[in-house]
Amino acid sequence: MRIAEIKNHLSKFRIGIAGAGGLGSNCAVALARSGVGTLVIADFDMVEEINLNRQYYFSDQVGMMKTDAIKYNIKHVNPGILVITHQIKLDRINLSEVFSGCNIIIEAFDNAAMKEMLIETVQTNMPGIPLIVGSGMAGWGKTNELKCRKIDETLYVCGDESSEVSDNLPPLAPRVGIVANMEANVAIEILMNISD
Amino acid sequence: MIVDTLMKIILNNREEEIGKESITVNEMLILKKFSYKMRIIKINGVLISKENYDSTIIHDGDEVQMLYLMSGG
Repeated sequence: MRIAEIKNHLSKFRIGIAGAGGLGSNCAVALARSGVGTLVIADFDMVEEINLNRQYYFSDQVGMMKTDAIKYNIKHVNPGILVITHQIKLDRINLSEVFSGCNIIIEAFDNAAMKEMLIETVQTNMPGIPLIVGSGMAGWGKTNELKCRKIDETLYVCGDESSEVSDNLPPLAPRVGIVANMEANVAIEILMNISD
Repeated sequence: MIVDTLMKIILNNREEEIGKESITVNEMLILKKFSYKMRIIKINGVLISKENYDSTIIHDGDEVQMLYLMSGG
């Protein structure tokens, strides 16, 4: 299939991204470049200096809300897509409203308890919507341990499922970026299998 | 002691033999020494919430999926 046909197909869909940190910002940009029509991005944080080691922001954006900064960056990458942002901390109550109408939801939090909350909420309150999760991407190297696992039709996990961040095993751009792009890649695979 | 295999389950796509007729989710976690707390468990595609780990029984032939959630992103 040619790139124009791929972009035309992907333009019909809406993807929700929960978090705009290392996973969310990089995943969103990959999806925007691919031409996914609408991105719904939720985050409550501000861009900080330490985020620049892996997140899709620039040094002059430190202090901006991540939702504003990612919207600006995506518009410069692909002005043709719609970006809807929610400056909000997602919880069990607001999640299904924020992501209503999304064809796919991408988990892009950093905190394990938040990942767990999101999976439980989406799988319970939004049955049938595919959810793509990132788990295990701290540190460096071990490239071949990063993988995607389909648990069932509605749940996919990307990462090594074992490397947890700590002071001595921080998240770095390459492994976080690989997993963010794996999540985007799974999303595109799902959407390309949906016929018009 | 010889323990006959009484049931087989599929755990993360691999067949596992359990020497009992049935087992609760919590009993499976202890038996398999799965101690890490941040996790999602699905049985035959149905998500099992933490408060039901003691009351949910895994039967012969069930497909169990467990996903560990690591901080980082």
